Amino acid sequence: MCLGIPGKIVKTYEEHEVLMGKVDFGGVSKQVCLAHVPDAKPGEYVIVHVGFALSKIDEAEAQRVFEFLESMNQLDELSTPSS
Amino acid sequence: MSMSELDLAAAFGSCPLPHSQYDRILLGHGSGGTLSNDLIRRVFLPGFDDKTLNRLEDQATIQLKSAANPRLAFTTDSFVVRPLFFPGGDIGKLAVCGTVNDLAVGGARPLFLSAAFILEEGLPIEDLKRIVASMKAACDDAGVALVTGDTKVVDRGKGDQVFITTSGVGLVPAELSLSIANAEPGDKVLLSGTIGDHGIAIMSVREGIEFETVLESDCAPLSDLVQTMLHASPSIRCMRDPTRGGLASALNELAAASGVGVRIEERAIPLRPEVKAACEILGLDPLYVANEGKLISIVPQDAAEKVLSAMKDHPLGHNAAIIGEIVDQHVGMVVQKSLVGGERVVTMLAGEQLPRIC
Amino acid sequence: MKYLDEYRDGTAARKLADAIARMTTRPWCIMEVCGGQTHTIVKYGIDTLIPQGIELVHGPGCPVCVTSLEMIDRAHAIAARPEVIFTSFGDMLRVPGSRGDLLSLKSQGSDIRIVYSPLDAVNLAAANPNRKVVFFAVGFETTAPPNAMAVWLAHKRGLKNFSVLVSHVLVPPAMTAILDSPGNRVQGFLGPGHVCTVMGCEEYEPIARKYRVPIVISGFEPLDMLEGILMTVRQLEAGTGKVENQYSRAVRYDGNCDSRKLIEQVFEICDRKWRGIGSIPMSGYRLREEYRDHDAERLFNVEAIQTQESSECISGEILRGLKKPHDCPAFGKRCTPQSPLGATMVSSEGACAAYYAYGRHLEAAETVQIGGGK
Repeated sequence: MCLGIPGKIVKTYEEHEVLMGKVDFGGVSKQVCLAHVPDAKPGEYVIVHVGFALSKIDEAEAQRVFEFLESMNQLDELSTPSS
Repeated sequence: MSMSELDLAAAFGSCPLPHSQYDRILLGHGSGGTLSNDLIRRVFLPGFDDKTLNRLEDQATIQLKSAANPRLAFTTDSFVVRPLFFPGGDIGKLAVCGTVNDLAVGGARPLFLSAAFILEEGLPIEDLKRIVASMKAACDDAGVALVTGDTKVVDRGKGDQVFITTSGVGLVPAELSLSIANAEPGDKVLLSGTIGDHGIAIMSVREGIEFETVLESDCAPLSDLVQTMLHASPSIRCMRDPTRGGLASALNELAAASGVGVRIEERAIPLRPEVKAACEILGLDPLYVANEGKLISIVPQDAAEKVLSAMKDHPLGHNAAIIGEIVDQHVGMVVQKSLVGGERVVTMLAGEQLPRIC
Repeated sequence: MKYLDEYRDGTAARKLADAIARMTTRPWCIMEVCGGQTHTIVKYGIDTLIPQGIELVHGPGCPVCVTSLEMIDRAHAIAARPEVIFTSFGDMLRVPGSRGDLLSLKSQGSDIRIVYSPLDAVNLAAANPNRKVVFFAVGFETTAPPNAMAVWLAHKRGLKNFSVLVSHVLVPPAMTAILDSPGNRVQGFLGPGHVCTVMGCEEYEPIARKYRVPIVISGFEPLDMLEGILMTVRQLEAGTGKVENQYSRAVRYDGNCDSRKLIEQVFEICDRKWRGIGSIPMSGYRLREEYRDHDAERLFNVEAIQTQESSECISGEILRGLKKPHDCPAFGKRCTPQSPLGATMVSSEGACAAYYAYGRHLEAAETVQIGGGK
């Protein structure tokens, strides 16, 4: 339960004393409630589900699968017999 | 003045002629009397500015001057879109382009349109004028004349502001015989541009699903693009405009009619980033979202690049692409190869596509 | 779109699929919990990329599918009232109750509106003080924070005309129910990525330990799912049953504390009936007493509505991975996406709906042999 999309915080503001933000999703913006990611700042990415930010994206962790794939590449190169 | 109006004038001693400068549609505008006439003369005739329409006959009789043995293409369509006005167009522009395009994809040169309006009592006449102006602009753009029409008015609450039905006629040259039953294995599937623009534009202004970015409909008349393509290669098998039900439905209809399979590649399908983002957020599949200014075309393999090139040179086709091919496997079905290489069947749309949460 | 597109890269997917193939020596049965994960599998043909011996079984993680028939009927009863503006997520409108779905009720004149967010429903209530605005609060734990926020906000703003029809369900009790089913074949799980952004990973530890199953919390993009499958197969081949976090870019071990605090403030755990499965104890949320003024079931007196499921539908067994859609005599005949008999055909992520769409042509797709190491 499930449809959560990553978006970039453009700006934050308060509405009825609740932290809100304008979040950009690859060219389309929407208003999102940021109450539960209080330390998220403009420029950072959050996962948004039904207009609500659930968590902040960790850039270092986001790279992990690509580092793993890179290491697989290197293993492939090592195991290829040289001619 | 009619008899009843004269009697009333005598009865009350002052001029009771209905004040003709209304700013909203009244039931009387649909009754065929002076108010109807008034509406026609005040709004429709100046708006469409057509000699044949101005004659106000019951039918438009037109002298055909064309090459030997052309066939007559004839189509009709109704338009009930909400909201009436949306980014990139309105119900009027849709009504003209929709019918023009239905003619054009059959290889016809669209010539004449009719328009029947069902108006709801209370509709602001300014809105109607705006719609008519938009239709006139679209007709000029498409090179068609709106030559005959009708108006009815229904009680407030019994109609959703405006419904428009347009019918159109055009001529198909004798040597052309496009049909969705013509596709053959080996043919290429061409798409004229980005998909999903219209449906997302509509959805983006509907209540509850607003975006801050303006997403525009792609509503446009395609007759000129079609002629350009046919000029590049008359061997084109068929064309179709993927409106309701989106690209998926149009391809499925084609697969069924021709008794072939269709294979498309997700990576080849042009998609505007904003439309993609909107679809992601709402959980919609762009394959099923309506288009109003795009066409698909099935072209024999040896002509595909030439036709593609001609499309790309045309303003309405600069994002054109070859998105797949016709095969003899999985007859009647459309299969898409996804971005990551796996495959899925692209079925017909069942009911309306609703935004999903999971 | 950043953090989305790069996880759909074909070359990377192929590499992960090859790695899975090299690692797999026996058949395995893995269940993906979330409807969104099922959706990705079908949309990208993930199961056509992995070795044939790995069977992906679709779990009950689609709240649209598992919302009980009763709840739909209660929604109907509320939405039919003229003073009500009934708001809901889009995909709930097509779920059939005993008397049709909400979409057909809308066509008969009821004021039923799709909203993107529960907070939109709160704003609707503020803008329409003379109407009663009801929001159909379905979902797993992922949707609980936004729904809790909606109730909390409405309460704070004094919007007495706003209420929620709550049908929240929880993942861990469902997983346990599946593992406890006689005839269960599921050996490992791809855990619910977005649920865990809220709830964290800890509550899956006791399940992994007790049943000795690997639970790999996974994301929703093709690379996430392939990496999740890789990590699960690695554990299965090694015989371990641990909780791992594939979706670490979004999921922290502790989840989101602010969200959980608000959930605990507004909701409490209760028993819940799952369509196709039956009642699972302590598997849902309901509003706490302090917020019951916003409880639509109580306000509109629909608590008593009870209904019976279609006896032909075997979605319960499908949701638990015990049967496949073609095991059902009604599949594709009396039960289709256009006229669904039960939970798993209703939503596009339900197993039956997914199979209906892609099951027919599988012979055309390429499949990879198990243990094809090179």
